[in-house]
Amino acid sequence: MDKPILEIKNLSSFYERRAGGIFGEKERVQILHDISFSILPGETLALVGESGSGKTTLCKAILGMLKDYTGQVIHRSQRPQMVFQDPFSSLNPAHTIGWILEEPLRLQGKLSKQERKAAVVEMLEQVGLGADYVNRKPDELSGGQRQRVAIAAAVITRPALVIADEPVSALDVTIQAQILELLRSMQRRYGLSYLFISHDLNVVYELCDRVLVMRDGRIVEQGDVQRIYANPQHEYTKQLLKAAQ
Amino acid sequence: MKKYNGFLLCGGILTAAMLLFILLGCFWTPYDTTAMDPNAMEQSPSWQHLMGTDKFGRDILSRVMEGAASSLFIALCVVAIGCFFGLIIGALCGYYGGIADAILTRVCDSITAFPSFLLALVIISVAGPGTYNIIFALGILFIPSFARIVRTEYVTCRDLNYIQSARLMGAGDLRIMVAHILPNTLTVLLSALTIGFNNAILSEASMSFLGLGVQPPTPSLGYMLNESRSSINSTPWYMLFVGATIVLLVLGFSLLGEGLQRQAQED
Repeated sequence: MDKPILEIKNLSSFYERRAGGIFGEKERVQILHDISFSILPGETLALVGESGSGKTTLCKAILGMLKDYTGQVIHRSQRPQMVFQDPFSSLNPAHTIGWILEEPLRLQGKLSKQERKAAVVEMLEQVGLGADYVNRKPDELSGGQRQRVAIAAAVITRPALVIADEPVSALDVTIQAQILELLRSMQRRYGLSYLFISHDLNVVYELCDRVLVMRDGRIVEQGDVQRIYANPQHEYTKQLLKAAQ
Repeated sequence: MKKYNGFLLCGGILTAAMLLFILLGCFWTPYDTTAMDPNAMEQSPSWQHLMGTDKFGRDILSRVMEGAASSLFIALCVVAIGCFFGLIIGALCGYYGGIADAILTRVCDSITAFPSFLLALVIISVAGPGTYNIIFALGILFIPSFARIVRTEYVTCRDLNYIQSARLMGAGDLRIMVAHILPNTLTVLLSALTIGFNNAILSEASMSFLGLGVQPPTPSLGYMLNESRSSINSTPWYMLFVGATIVLLVLGFSLLGEGLQRQAQED
């Protein structure tokens, strides 16, 4: 069996807050409680839970943005990339689509200028936009088109893991299906793994292999999509499934 | 279909005309600006002297041309200093935040809290009057307004998703500040520049009016305005022409600034 590209072992995280105004005593609040899981190459793992359940904090931990934590986050690939929920704040409005897509390659510094331009055009075509989008600005694009660009920008450096934070929940239902299909085709082409954060269990069922259900900073249930949907063990998972129907 | 932008058009034409007028004055003036002619004192406007002459018989048009040039030069330098340091301070404060930001913001606030004119007077009284001292004094006073505008832009931008993805892609702080956020501040900066430019021209004129700016015999609009006060009865056109020049300069840039702002909003 393949080695997991991301392994998280016994992760707990904390943040400090002052109780009772600026002169109150500092208090260390625990957000994540002893979280362990791993992501295999080419796999799509769903992270499900209501807001405030610690999904965002877990993301930050994976991206190395947490300071106060215990446990281990082990990456076996280069840095993960991210696709955000809101397609309107995920593209820099001051630059053209071409510039935005070329920037990750520039920062990577592996390709020459011509190679970068060619890669940008190729990527645009793969996400279903044409080469003529190179000179367009983000505000000329619709939400779905922007999300395509955001996916292209995340995938263009060929990362092993892409974190998708509710990538379709801000889009129309018809566009949702197209974007999900695009995510799938990118996965087939590049062997990506996704960490797919969502509260839409229907979307999760369609796209994902395994599910992590989180609540109050704990993983309450994890397993194959089929198994969890057919036979949920935890009360909270049952509630979520009921709400989705 | 592009909407017709009258502000931009009028401001652009007026500013271009004034700049041409001033540029011409840098290379050629009808008369020597300091040459006194005892035979042509206090003349009213005529074909020989389009704006007339002052009480020393100096050609007012020539002096207005050169005076406007020195005013423009000072205003440009002042705005350049204010913008340059304002940009650096604002960007660093807005991007990093923290204690340094809190301190610098308070410093900027306290500079703005003083009447700027008073502060300029203090600096001039320590450094002495003169062209470069006035540039220095006004330049410092112009830093906070730019710093504040730039800081706000950086604060709003730094946590947006596209900046986060840039960070994930491995962009360093400097690259994010210069290549990712700076282009987003340009529209705001542009209108701040035109407004700042107007303020600089007016401040310079007031300082020179009080005799603290450009020193005679070099002409300057503010100083000439002061000079014309004493001869308002005998040569009222002197004051009129000098005042009109200041008004046209400021008006041109105001319209241009307004036009740019509207253009930016539309885009």
